[in-house]
Amino acid sequence: MSTVAERQMIEITYREAMRDAIRDALKRDERVFLMGEDVGRYGGGFAVTKGLINEFGPERILDTPLSELGFTGAGVGASLGGMRPIVEIMTVNFSLLALDQILNNAASMLHMSGGQFNVPIVIRMATGAGRQLAAQHAHCLEGWYAHIAGIKVVTPATVEDARGMLWTALEDPDPVIIFENPMLYNMKGTVSADAGPVDINRAQVRRPGRDITIITYSYSLFKTLEAAEMLAKEGIEAEVIDLRTLRPLDDETYISSIAKTHRALIVDEGWRSGSISAEIMARIMEQAFYELDTPVQRVCSEEVPMPYPRHLEEAALPQADKIVDAVKRMVR
Amino acid sequence: MAVKTAKRAATPPVKRDHGLHLLHEMLRIRRFEEKCAELYSAQKIRGFMHLYDGEEAIAVGVMEILQPDDAVVATYREHGQALARGVPMNSIMAEMYGKQEGCSRGRGGSMHLFDAKTRFIGGNAIVGGGLGLALGLGLADKKQGKAHVTACFFGDGAMAEGAFHEVMNLAVLWQVPVMFVLENNQYAMGTALRYSHGETNLARRAGSYGLPAEEVDGMDVLAVEKAAKQAAVAIRAGEGPQFLECRTFRFRAHSMFDAELYRSKDEVDEWRKRDPIPNFIRLLKKGNLVTDEDVNALEHKVAEEIQEAVAFAEAGTLEPVEELTRFVYSERVTS
Repeated sequence: MSTVAERQMIEITYREAMRDAIRDALKRDERVFLMGEDVGRYGGGFAVTKGLINEFGPERILDTPLSELGFTGAGVGASLGGMRPIVEIMTVNFSLLALDQILNNAASMLHMSGGQFNVPIVIRMATGAGRQLAAQHAHCLEGWYAHIAGIKVVTPATVEDARGMLWTALEDPDPVIIFENPMLYNMKGTVSADAGPVDINRAQVRRPGRDITIITYSYSLFKTLEAAEMLAKEGIEAEVIDLRTLRPLDDETYISSIAKTHRALIVDEGWRSGSISAEIMARIMEQAFYELDTPVQRVCSEEVPMPYPRHLEEAALPQADKIVDAVKRMVR
Repeated sequence: MAVKTAKRAATPPVKRDHGLHLLHEMLRIRRFEEKCAELYSAQKIRGFMHLYDGEEAIAVGVMEILQPDDAVVATYREHGQALARGVPMNSIMAEMYGKQEGCSRGRGGSMHLFDAKTRFIGGNAIVGGGLGLALGLGLADKKQGKAHVTACFFGDGAMAEGAFHEVMNLAVLWQVPVMFVLENNQYAMGTALRYSHGETNLARRAGSYGLPAEEVDGMDVLAVEKAAKQAAVAIRAGEGPQFLECRTFRFRAHSMFDAELYRSKDEVDEWRKRDPIPNFIRLLKKGNLVTDEDVNALEHKVAEEIQEAVAFAEAGTLEPVEELTRFVYSERVTS
């Protein structure tokens, strides 16, 4: 961390922001260590942890064998034993092998022990499509995880959030899962050189507008912002909300936006059925039904396992033009 | 089980006080669970309940060598471990009743006994789910330079889980201070060992991961204690994880919903001859270490403790429904 008193701004990538956040955490708190597959000597599946093993050594940047269930369980146990582990799982699809530990132990332990054993673990994983990785490496399952009572689910979209959310997550006494969309890793942004923790309880308006509220998160935020610019050229001003955290959902931010725009569209890279987008729609029905001028709509991924060819993958995902079309149908 | 034909008074198998203590602990478990079965029939206790009847020597033998700062990770058949570890019987019985005076505030029930004071980290009801926890507790101890031992109990059924393979490999790779205690009671619920495992010598299989794996008579509390002591000494000396296979048998059904169609009465009767409690009493008497009066006095003491525990549970209070959604997230920052 910079010791410079004035707020010096620096331009870094999302990947570097995440790496800086991990580095900070390791320096700040000796209880913190990071473990996962190829996080050390290889440098991380997405190069997020590149070089950290040289700085902190193999005890704190701990390479694990291919044992998602085993090392996630070890993370839960280590957090019960007084450590603050950061467990990296290479992709969300692989995290399914660790789901028992995440749901049956990490999320449930505090409750089933009657409040005695909290689990301060942070789990990071990559999520989402866009690199032709097909049906076992590219799904978007953070909405699933948001179904689980007992954990928090955060989805940093901006460089600032990539830099700050880990700190907040590590200070949380309960399990936090951080979902990183690899499409964001090369994105640049400016952050304060001495950036600290950020609030993870609030959604944020990323673009103000009066005509429609578009609710989204993670990489879809940028497709949505692109769509909003296209719409602006046609005189439609969309308000874009970045949820940032999928559990707990910050209802207040999007409900108050809808009270102003009277229209809501949700953009979600997850599948439509039984999804976080469906949950948000339900909450809008519960809390803002009489504010609506038109039914709430969604742009989600098509309900297919992710196909490999580029044209089909693109067709399966939410895209700016799909968002524009959906908005135009709603704002006449 | 060749009992040594040593000269009687010259080499007593155990000191009188210690023998009485071990017997007391086993009796506490046996009689407590007999009461639980009765209370289950009376519908005071509900949910799934799994009795440890026949396996008491393992929990008692292992807990004997643990220090207060050590940790215990157990399964859903964990009343015995909890009692032997020192979780108060009152709070266990109240937990069975679902009362907020229970060791898990009534939130867990029979399968989820937890107690922070004794580092009893559960009642884990996913087969193999506790193995990862124990691995991580050991990793934390190692990283913090603490000479703790984590005792991890699991059954033969867990050895068919993928989690077992992953955790054994990691435990040996990281040399964590964990004692893996296999309670091989011959049946994974209703499936016999030979229908569950290609290699039925489980200690041999465990040893193939590269850690010392001992077989011990799980019906003999002194044998378990001795083996556990050796394992704990090795762990505290930094020699990494140790594995104990305790061969045992549960005399009762898997749970309260089990017609026991999968095993014969003869098999159960055969194992009953090896019941750890009467056999231990015989051994103590043979060594002139205890008398019938001693045993009766213990039984009386245990009966009193159980009576008090039942009264405590009966008098316990139900958590107000308004508190239903507590303990999903922490109410205070504990970092």
